[in-house]
Amino acid sequence: MVRLEYYLILSAILFATGTVGVFLRRNVITMLLSIEVMLNAVNLTFIAFGRSIGSADGQVIMFFVVTVAAAEAAVGLALVIALFRHRETLNPDVFTSLKW
Amino acid sequence: MGTDLLLFSLFGGVAVAASLLVVLGRNPMHSVLLLIVSFAALAALYITLDSPFAAVIQIIIYAGAIMVLFLFVVMLLNAHKEDEDVPAGAPTMKKPLYMGAVLAVVLAAELVWALSVAGNEPDGMLTRGASPDSAALGSVRGLGQLLFTDYAFAFEVTSILIIVAMVGAVVLAKREL
Repeated sequence: MVRLEYYLILSAILFATGTVGVFLRRNVITMLLSIEVMLNAVNLTFIAFGRSIGSADGQVIMFFVVTVAAAEAAVGLALVIALFRHRETLNPDVFTSLKW
Repeated sequence: MGTDLLLFSLFGGVAVAASLLVVLGRNPMHSVLLLIVSFAALAALYITLDSPFAAVIQIIIYAGAIMVLFLFVVMLLNAHKEDEDVPAGAPTMKKPLYMGAVLAVVLAAELVWALSVAGNEPDGMLTRGASPDSAALGSVRGLGQLLFTDYAFAFEVTSILIIVAMVGAVVLAKREL
């Protein structure tokens, strides 16, 4: 029998994996992909908790998170394209125009 | 070992392994394709949680739409490998890498602890099929009724969000900013 905690621990591992990606990678696209991994870990938590308390609210919130993730991906990738056009690179260490 | 545990271990292992390869891989193209594998494993986990609609939108929207968008951008920018050259004046990378890895391990331990406490209900078992209407709750019909009654306002706000994101993406990606 699979307990609720198993899903929660799996979700924590996935979230930490995404965090590692945001810290370690020096590529804007891979950093965005790591953020998607983190969003999915949270989705798994919502659905596991919703299943545990016998309510469909977890799935509804997962639906909204997917919608926001789609909007985030569209705007983020547009930013990546605009940045690449200006600097010809994807390394976030190069984008320091806003640094004081 | 029950079938439940077997399925959970299988798909959970695939999800974790694919996510690790996404994060540790050097090639963004491989990362995008492996992330699709990870999403498919998560969709299978949603099915074991009696949430077929969530599994379907995971596949259609995430793996189908969002990942194809990523794939388009990776191909358009021809970014098949990561830039290794650190620009002059940038901080040296060794220390942030080390600190990031340590912080991520601490975060994982903390999340496992916090979520274990949160999930430690008197009855920690997933109540499989306990409530008679649990199947109806996860159905498309039940979710649609929830979305257009209790969550109607949030649903409409989501449409505004998508319009704003679409206009923003078009403006940002235009040639002359």
